[in-house]
Amino acid sequence: MKFDRRLVSNFDWFLLLITIIIATIGIFNIYSATFAGKEPGGMPIYLKQVCWIVVGIFVMFLSFCVDYRLLERFAYPLFTVAVLLLILVIPFGKSVSGSRRWLELGGFSLQPSEFFKIAIIFILSKYFSKYPGYSLGAIRGLFIPFLMLALPVVLVLLQPDLGTALIIILIFLSLLLFNGIKMKNILIMSSVFLAGLPLFWHYLKSYQKMRILTFVNPDLDPLGSGYHIIQSKIAIGSGAFWGKGFLKGTQSQLLFLPEQHTDFVFSVFAEEWGFLGSLMVVSLYLLVVLWGFRIASHSREGFCAFLTFGIVSMFFWQIFINIGMSLGIIPVVGVPLPLMSYGGSSTISFLLGIGILINISTRRFLF
Amino acid sequence: MLLYDKDNKREFKKKLFFSIVFAIVAFTIILSRLWYLQILQGKKFKSLSENNRIRIVKIPAPRGIIFDRKGKALVDNYPSFDLSIIPEDVNDLESTIKKLSDLLNVTADLFKAKLKESRGNPPFKPIKVKTNLDYREVAILETNKLDLPGVTIEIAPKRLYIFDKLAAHLIGYTGKISESQLKTRVSDGYSMVDLIGKYGIEHDYETVLRGSNGGAQVEVDAVGRKVRVLRELEPTPGENIFLTIELDIQKLAEKALADMIGTVIVMDPNTGDILALASSPSFNPNMFSLGISSKEWECLVSNPNNPLANKAIQGQYPPGSVYKIITAIAGLEEKVITPETVFYCDGSYRFGRRAYRCWQRKGHGRVNLHRALVESCDVYFYQVGQRLGVDRIAYYSSLFGLGKPTGISRTNEKHGLIPTSLWKLEALKSPWQESETLSMAIGQGFVLVTPLQILNLISSMANGGILYRPQIVKKITSPGGDIIKEFFPEKMKKIPVSDNSINLIKDALWGVVNERLGTGWRARIEGADVAGKTGTAQVVGLPKDSSNEYVPFEHRDHAWFSAFAPKDKSKVAIVVLLEHGGHGGNKAAQIARDILKGSLKILNDDNSSF
Repeated sequence: MKFDRRLVSNFDWFLLLITIIIATIGIFNIYSATFAGKEPGGMPIYLKQVCWIVVGIFVMFLSFCVDYRLLERFAYPLFTVAVLLLILVIPFGKSVSGSRRWLELGGFSLQPSEFFKIAIIFILSKYFSKYPGYSLGAIRGLFIPFLMLALPVVLVLLQPDLGTALIIILIFLSLLLFNGIKMKNILIMSSVFLAGLPLFWHYLKSYQKMRILTFVNPDLDPLGSGYHIIQSKIAIGSGAFWGKGFLKGTQSQLLFLPEQHTDFVFSVFAEEWGFLGSLMVVSLYLLVVLWGFRIASHSREGFCAFLTFGIVSMFFWQIFINIGMSLGIIPVVGVPLPLMSYGGSSTISFLLGIGILINISTRRFLF
Repeated sequence: MLLYDKDNKREFKKKLFFSIVFAIVAFTIILSRLWYLQILQGKKFKSLSENNRIRIVKIPAPRGIIFDRKGKALVDNYPSFDLSIIPEDVNDLESTIKKLSDLLNVTADLFKAKLKESRGNPPFKPIKVKTNLDYREVAILETNKLDLPGVTIEIAPKRLYIFDKLAAHLIGYTGKISESQLKTRVSDGYSMVDLIGKYGIEHDYETVLRGSNGGAQVEVDAVGRKVRVLRELEPTPGENIFLTIELDIQKLAEKALADMIGTVIVMDPNTGDILALASSPSFNPNMFSLGISSKEWECLVSNPNNPLANKAIQGQYPPGSVYKIITAIAGLEEKVITPETVFYCDGSYRFGRRAYRCWQRKGHGRVNLHRALVESCDVYFYQVGQRLGVDRIAYYSSLFGLGKPTGISRTNEKHGLIPTSLWKLEALKSPWQESETLSMAIGQGFVLVTPLQILNLISSMANGGILYRPQIVKKITSPGGDIIKEFFPEKMKKIPVSDNSINLIKDALWGVVNERLGTGWRARIEGADVAGKTGTAQVVGLPKDSSNEYVPFEHRDHAWFSAFAPKDKSKVAIVVLLEHGGHGGNKAAQIARDILKGSLKILNDDNSSF
């Protein structure tokens, strides 16, 4: 392959820079979040996160190297593999505190549902770019995309992983709306949704029902999620304007917060860095989202526009739900905060997403 | 779709614009919430966090009570005073530990070990350092309370097995949850300090007995004392279990078994209810609920007589002559013999190049089926077995449930073994020998059964051919006493064997106990019409003329006696197995007699009192 100098001159350094800043903040924050409850022996968690980021950057680079016009060809194989992995999790998955989400692969744990998010963005982008929404009836416009969604979501709910299932559904809806949809189809969809709601409720695990009920009324579960919400709010609020300083957050260092380095990682940060720090991180995230939309708006090809939009919506929903949960404005659902929460699979798939964005952003000038 | 189309392009830009607006609104919500929590409410939260004294205090649920069938409590709870340390509230850990060890007269190492175990816990979490304080200790600690910040006494329900070893194998025990159990059950709300049923009913009915823990969000002051309760969740006590066990009969069985090695099971043949189940040697479940020391555990595990095994369902033994019931029924049903068929016994039976001995060295002479069972003639059954062949005997064994678990317990019940020609070919890679059929016909060789399976067999004789599933739980009630679930007799099947055959066998079993030369005469009870069968299971082949007194204990035969009474309209069935107990007609029959006599009296008293 002949090297094109324009790949360097047009490279989207800006997005790469923001990504690296967020990931770095993430590492320091995980260091702080795991400082107190450290288990002796083994590699410290923050170092593991460094490894994941290095691997992720490598994956990001790989995804950058592929000509984005070829990416479309990956849609179906990628989707098939991702669904197969989700099926494999059911019998072979590693069970951690009551849910089976991980596949054990020679010492590493892979969480297929994280990668599935990228896969469903690919396949929906391919499908929608062929069939623009306004012209479509219920079958093509809703039914077929819905089939692509249904099986994987059921598989993820079986694990059970309510948070990831929710994110997948939100990505789906975002892309569906972005493709455009007839009023009639919206009505069909909402009535199916309303009809399915009681059934869905029936199949929720009791702790998941409890979380939703607890959000409505925290008094219901004063020892579980009700307690978590209160401690998270105390942590964030007590950070005040300036924050308590690195490693000085009492809530996190005394382990009052649950899941400090994963789901409630933002609370740790907000406590130690205050409103000032939080404002900065939230702004960085907003920049990623807006920059993503800018890339989408410059796309000249349907598939790329959808792909970009899908990845951006994935970022957006995860950020909004995770932070919203920490702030007590959304029920407690386990969703990782991009590049801040500890986790190999999620970190790698976020960096893969960024790689694709940079790829599209850089190459749009080439053709 | 290429985006060169102008309409498309405009549409696309419009949607992107809405998306951007949507995202900005969402982020604005987040920022305003941050503003509200950190700037407007910052002061309030800051002071809340500075003395974050909101604690979760667990209120453990009392475990369900276990009763006997008449409602006498066998297992209950009692309040135990436990000493805990909350590291965060302690000023000086070293001196606190020193003070505690002086006050309670315990070495400081004990406390240090407990604290070490809980390293990595959040510092506000109480660490239990001593359980079951007595009243004197509680009083001492209460008077010194002010000098001991961060030290608390909590009251927690503890498990009490009222009759110590009684029915220990059936009831089981509870213990601290293990790490591997915790991993799989954390989503059910278990935590490191919880107790969990580990054996027997306590294990099998864990979800029923457990209840759900309550707790409270409590605000405490700087030294960890409760200031006020913010929110509270009452614990829900576990549900109560009524066993089918009859306490008085169980006591009889335990007493009769005393320090012998073996098992006794008593059953109501009309329902399958287990009235008593004792296995010896036994253990005291109270040791586990107070936290068993590793020395005590070592002692239990290394005992060669295996006190932790429930011999009634986990012991597998050759059935010996008790098995002749099967051979006899198979012979009658397959019409290879009639009740009048006569074989001649001169003390041994020649097959191939070997003489197969009868236990009665001088021989029984001419015997028919009735006499063969009454006097337990081996030679008679060698020939019946030979006519039947291994697979037909195996078929009739399986009809009576031998060789498979009865389903009484959810865990650990052994299968036993009923050999077939196919089994031998697969397991041992060699064809079945006809000589092995001879051994099988008298319950030796490969045949293995559990005592409970034999009890099932004798019960189905008593009730005329019905196989019930043995039951140990009668009902489950709520803490308030309402019935939540009731267990009714479960007929597994009507055994497809003619009434005529069963009646012939029953008559013979009556003869075993009540006729002049019956091997089970020691079980005779005046006016009770006991019917039963003795069995003597060889452990090793013994040389001729060796009587048991001169044989090392572990080489002596296992003794079986299984019986029911009265012969018609039976009320109770029993099996006794004594490991190395010698001949089944001796000690085993005596024990069965004592328990049968007592049980019949208890059951009759019950009936007359209603």
